[in-house]
Amino acid sequence: MTAVVQQSKPSFGAGTIILAGLSFFGFVLMIIRWATGLGATTALVDSRGWGIWIGFDVLCGIALAAGAFSVAAAVYIFQLKEFYPILRPTVLTGFIGYGLAALSIAIDLGFPHRIWHLLIYWNVHSPLFEVGWCVMTYVTVLGLEISPIVFEKFNLKAPLKLIRAITIPLVILGVILSTMHQSSLGTLFLPMASRVNPLWYSAILPILFFISAVAAGLSMVIIEASLSAAGLNHRLEVRLLGKIAKVIPYVLGLYLGIRAIDMLVAGDLRYMFTGDLFSFLFWAEVILGVILPIILFSMPTTRKNRYRMFWSAVLVVFGLIFNRINISLVGFDGAPYWPTWQELFISIGMVSIGALVFVLASRYLAVFSSHSPANAE
Amino acid sequence: MSVGALIDLTRCIGCRSCQVACKSWNDNPGEHTSFWGTYDNPPTLTPTTWSLIKFAEVEVKGAVRLVMSKIQCMHCLNPACIAVCPEQVYQKEENGIVTLEGDKCIGCQNCMKVCPFSVPHINWVDNPDLAFVNVEPQMTKCIFCFDRVSNGMEPACIKACPTDALVFGDRDELLVEARRRMAKFPGKYVDHIYGEKEVGGTAWMYLSPVPFEALGFASLPNEPIDVSQYKPSYLYPGIEKEREPVSPVNIGVTSGLLGLLAGAASIIALRQLRMKKTDVEVPEE
Repeated sequence: MTAVVQQSKPSFGAGTIILAGLSFFGFVLMIIRWATGLGATTALVDSRGWGIWIGFDVLCGIALAAGAFSVAAAVYIFQLKEFYPILRPTVLTGFIGYGLAALSIAIDLGFPHRIWHLLIYWNVHSPLFEVGWCVMTYVTVLGLEISPIVFEKFNLKAPLKLIRAITIPLVILGVILSTMHQSSLGTLFLPMASRVNPLWYSAILPILFFISAVAAGLSMVIIEASLSAAGLNHRLEVRLLGKIAKVIPYVLGLYLGIRAIDMLVAGDLRYMFTGDLFSFLFWAEVILGVILPIILFSMPTTRKNRYRMFWSAVLVVFGLIFNRINISLVGFDGAPYWPTWQELFISIGMVSIGALVFVLASRYLAVFSSHSPANAE
Repeated sequence: MSVGALIDLTRCIGCRSCQVACKSWNDNPGEHTSFWGTYDNPPTLTPTTWSLIKFAEVEVKGAVRLVMSKIQCMHCLNPACIAVCPEQVYQKEENGIVTLEGDKCIGCQNCMKVCPFSVPHINWVDNPDLAFVNVEPQMTKCIFCFDRVSNGMEPACIKACPTDALVFGDRDELLVEARRRMAKFPGKYVDHIYGEKEVGGTAWMYLSPVPFEALGFASLPNEPIDVSQYKPSYLYPGIEKEREPVSPVNIGVTSGLLGLLAGAASIIALRQLRMKKTDVEVPEE
């Protein structure tokens, strides 16, 4: 390890060391959870079977990784090659995000040692079956999409050639899989209609989940690029990010419009002004997480300024996290629930592992390469 | 033929013979319980209690009356658990009984979330020697004594009932019988056979002297619970706390920790962003 450190950057910053500590602590807690069971480590009860590991780590983790398929589609399918510089970090984040979501599912399952049962017992009508299969295959697809950075590092020509040859089919497969499971995460809540608060329940939840994931995934690209430019001494592609930022108001506007019309048709407008906790949370989510970012991203001054762009993207991401937590935890009818410190620190550990892997990868691998891909000419 | 059971709550005396018979036949161990304010014991269905007598104090014409009801898996005609389980743990047998193969279960708890009657239960492993490597099936529920029924016998609970409050038979014939009783004794029952139409119909059906809402039965739509369903009422009664309430100390400590971490993270992020202010790139427009 030390040898590797010496040959590149001189030392790790305090942030990296804190991340490593939190990751290790989270990892130890995961082992404890597997060894002692859900009952001993979580606040979950029969009427509250899914806690923050599903509400935050899986629902938000997967939605925020949606930038990977959007940017990959833009570069390879729509041939917008100018976005290539941000493709690799985005796909890497997607890979890390999906890997961690899969790990979270394995933490949350009652019988993690039976997770392979998904492969042999099939119920094709189950939304969870689709989510499970899509996550498994899409992690593989993202792994293959990002594998060139490892092959380049060790100068392996043959596998590199192979991956380049199948990149386009891989990207198309990625888009299909993402569309399927991003929406299926919403389908999960459709049969629980009587338990999800009507302010968040909708018969078109799959569509809303998909659109909001695209908006938040693109915002995540901006956040990541800003943070890694600041932390890793890279030049920030403000103009490129501005172009992405320009797309976000349209996506969010579509989301807001569809959601408003659905609430109107379903007759849920009356729940908006009851003045209870739920109506307050609803307005906080919609105003801060949807309406404000639409306005901010629409202004040219925002799209030219990296700080404004960063904070507007943060709003979108918080809006999405707020939304998923409201659907799965706050607005979900069940026993009172507050995560235990083990649940909390496993979640924090997951985020830290993701950030740590990203930092290490950008330090040792060519994550930020500005040259164009060989096959995209 | 689709099997069914009719429960006439006016006949139930709350002896819990059915509850005991269920445990005996299915080899389910007893549970350590404590008095918690009503006669329901344990308070809800559990991994080893598949059938339970509930006691409700209902005011009828100024007088308080004790009405007992039995809860167990309702064996829906269109079960939501079968629809959502990714591993096909649940099956609908030819006679309408919903059985399960617990050793397929991966513990995703989706069935617990969609079941309108909160029937499937996972064993929350507090017991260290059951943890992690335990391969016994732990997702459990009433299976209508499928072994007995498929050999021409009645389910254990129905066999044990001393007052004939529980009747076993063909579902359609039981519906006729229920209507006959309602017509013969006007005013004895409320005009509602619970389970006839709820979520598309269930194998277990109830006749009650008082409104079912007063007994804590969920008010459910007539459509089966599936993904094509649109917006039923936002009502889900009958959920009880199985554990201690959330402690304010836990909330305080965890939110404090979270706040500190979030604060530290945003300070670091802000400083990082500020530090490189010199190379801000402003594109010309």
